[in-house]
Amino acid sequence: MKFRAKMIDVGCLNNFTRVVNTISKLTKTCTLRLTTDNLFFMLSDKVANGGVSMWCELSQANFFDEFQLEGVSAEANEIYLELQPEYMSRALRTAQNAKSLKVKLTKKHCPCLTLAAELPSLSSASRLVTHDIPVDVIPRRLWQDFKEPSVPDFDVSIYLPPLKTMKNVVDRMKNLSNHLVLEANLNGEMNLKIETDLVSISTHFKDLGNPSWSDEASQGPSQARAPETMAHARVDIKKLQQLLTGQQVNPSKAMCNIVNKRMLHFILLHEDVSLQYFIPAMA
Amino acid sequence: MPLSTQSEAGDDQYILVASLDNVRNLSNILKAITFKDHALFNATPNGLKVTVEDSKCLQANAFIQAEIFQEFTIQEDSVSFQVNLAVLLDCLTIFGGSTVPAVTTALRMCYNGYGFPLTLFLEEGGVVTVCKINTEEPEDPIDFEFCSTNVTNKVILQSDSLREAFSELDMTSEILQITMSPSEPYFRLSTFGNSGNAHYDYPKDSDMMELFQCTKTQTNRFKMSLLKPSTKALALSCKVSVRTDNRGFLSLQYLVRNDDGQICFVEYYCCPDEEVEEE
Repeated sequence: MKFRAKMIDVGCLNNFTRVVNTISKLTKTCTLRLTTDNLFFMLSDKVANGGVSMWCELSQANFFDEFQLEGVSAEANEIYLELQPEYMSRALRTAQNAKSLKVKLTKKHCPCLTLAAELPSLSSASRLVTHDIPVDVIPRRLWQDFKEPSVPDFDVSIYLPPLKTMKNVVDRMKNLSNHLVLEANLNGEMNLKIETDLVSISTHFKDLGNPSWSDEASQGPSQARAPETMAHARVDIKKLQQLLTGQQVNPSKAMCNIVNKRMLHFILLHEDVSLQYFIPAMA
Repeated sequence: MPLSTQSEAGDDQYILVASLDNVRNLSNILKAITFKDHALFNATPNGLKVTVEDSKCLQANAFIQAEIFQEFTIQEDSVSFQVNLAVLLDCLTIFGGSTVPAVTTALRMCYNGYGFPLTLFLEEGGVVTVCKINTEEPEDPIDFEFCSTNVTNKVILQSDSLREAFSELDMTSEILQITMSPSEPYFRLSTFGNSGNAHYDYPKDSDMMELFQCTKTQTNRFKMSLLKPSTKALALSCKVSVRTDNRGFLSLQYLVRNDDGQICFVEYYCCPDEEVEEE
């Protein structure tokens, strides 16, 4: 097993940092899957993390100038690592203005992902900051746990309003309630609602537009659906807030798929980065 | 007004309808009196008065005159209800309470009468939020019987000068002692904290002092914890009038200018802590 990669462009470094920061806000531990073409940050839906799952896909060519990978074997040319994204986020903080960043898999006292940043200096001597992030190498027999989630058979798919507006609303609602109902229809309307003993609040967004998924898996129920009929899911407001507060990808496209009473599936797209986040509905 | 279409048909049923183009004109002034959850709203044709009390020793009132609202319709002489102020503020700032002048949230506030919720329609950038806040049984506010004819001493200060003093007050002191006198030290704030005693004196002919009308030397102590909430009002205000009456009760009146340059008032009444023993 071998992995080494190098990043030189400061724009790429910033983008990569933002992605890692986002991941670190969403989960304490995650799985990093490395393939010859892509990096994946993944969180599978275990009960321990409240049923939330995440899937973030980056194309390595858009970030790295050098990328060498030798997987477990020739036919399984991949590496799966478990790590704490917070450590990676902290390591990248010191690498902010780095001239270059090297990432490699090393064997120190334990397996580590080593991030070495070459910082600019005034003298000829270069300054090198190295972070060793402990990782667990996930054996091949467990890989099947980390399959790309299929786009669920949703009832309504809708583009999200500006996430900042949505964040403001959800922040206030979180002060008042633990749960939130998100509902939307095929008329481009979406509502956020809470109801408590003290107050009921509903925020109405309209003209959001519905993405067309005609060539995708999901047809069936959504085809025959009356445009004004709402699909809804009641979710833990903290999970939604985490996504809205934590996301630093500033997506050019953000959408939500609703499986009625079952699940919310968020997709944030920014250039070549895609982040998917699943929040299960509560009873 | 983007909200005017919202509930035009049902407006007759409301005994109170108040609209604002900029919700900050209400939310800001309510923040100045937010120290307890329960707030009593009393609406009359003159406007809205919001009262918050603590420990029967402190009362804060915010006045928002009818003219501040773009629409203020009331069907009865007086309408009272009580709501949870923290909840109301979360609702009023649901869109984040942006301070960018170009972005404002419009508000339409409606009340149906006893037993009904207070309904808010808020709109910003085409997004509409409807809030229904359950109202509580209104409790009569305490009458502090603070009467202007009984006022012994009165000063009007630029808020800047008092803000500076309050920001430097020794908060380890349990009390704030206010001395007002026709002779030296004129107007003095004193604290007695862990690191010693401190006095802040204002000369009566200072530029900061707009009015100085003290007839008798008075020294009163007030619980710091009770006065602390008033610093929120101080922060917003441009002028403050400090008055004490013959019983040693304190009245602080703050003149607050809103985003549109209109003037509102916030007042705090506070009971004195104890008699100062003369030695």
